[in-house]
Amino acid sequence: MNHYETVFILNPVLSEDQIKETVKKYEDFLTSKGAEIVNKENWGLKKLAYPIQHKKSGFYHLFEYEVEGSTIDPLEVMFRRDERMMRFLTVKLDKHGVDWAKERIKRVKSSKS
Amino acid sequence: MASIEEQSKGKSDGEIRYLTPLDIETTAKKRFCRFKRAGIKYVDYKNPDFLMEFVNPQGKILPRRLTGTSLKYQRKVSQAVKRARHLALMPYVGDLLK
Repeated sequence: MNHYETVFILNPVLSEDQIKETVKKYEDFLTSKGAEIVNKENWGLKKLAYPIQHKKSGFYHLFEYEVEGSTIDPLEVMFRRDERMMRFLTVKLDKHGVDWAKERIKRVKSSKS
Repeated sequence: MASIEEQSKGKSDGEIRYLTPLDIETTAKKRFCRFKRAGIKYVDYKNPDFLMEFVNPQGKILPRRLTGTSLKYQRKVSQAVKRARHLALMPYVGDLLK
């Protein structure tokens, strides 16, 4: 079971529930493959550093999960097929990355509370 | 014959004047690797503010001789910057710090 982290950007023209539905779709796909989602973050609407598909902003989402290595390929195929998705990046976390992610969750929680 | 040798010998003994001064003192600023000192082991590609310090105002990655980071962490920094650029958290080209 490897530790992965996926960040993806959704089209800004989507409505609120379309976004929820898309995020839900990928979440269900992951849990159906036996993934354990450690952390989910929604950075909301952010300005892009450069226009992607002539759009200036996008909805950022972060998934951090543990899953078998074999499920990443079909997941990325789904990402590519989904036209609501502007960009995605899946990163395998090594042990330093995992520690960093844990601290980051603590930091985000402490700043929020 | 002798005079030529004397000339050559004389020149080597005497002070050889060059057009530009030989020893150009570059201010040898003591550089250190901030990752080793701070004990950071992972360069996070998700917060662009931290990565901005390793990028010049044009958005290009600064070389090690300016930032002073060690080779191991310079590779992590460059990989993180490239990932941040892919996710449009950082521009490929831009005049950001101006």
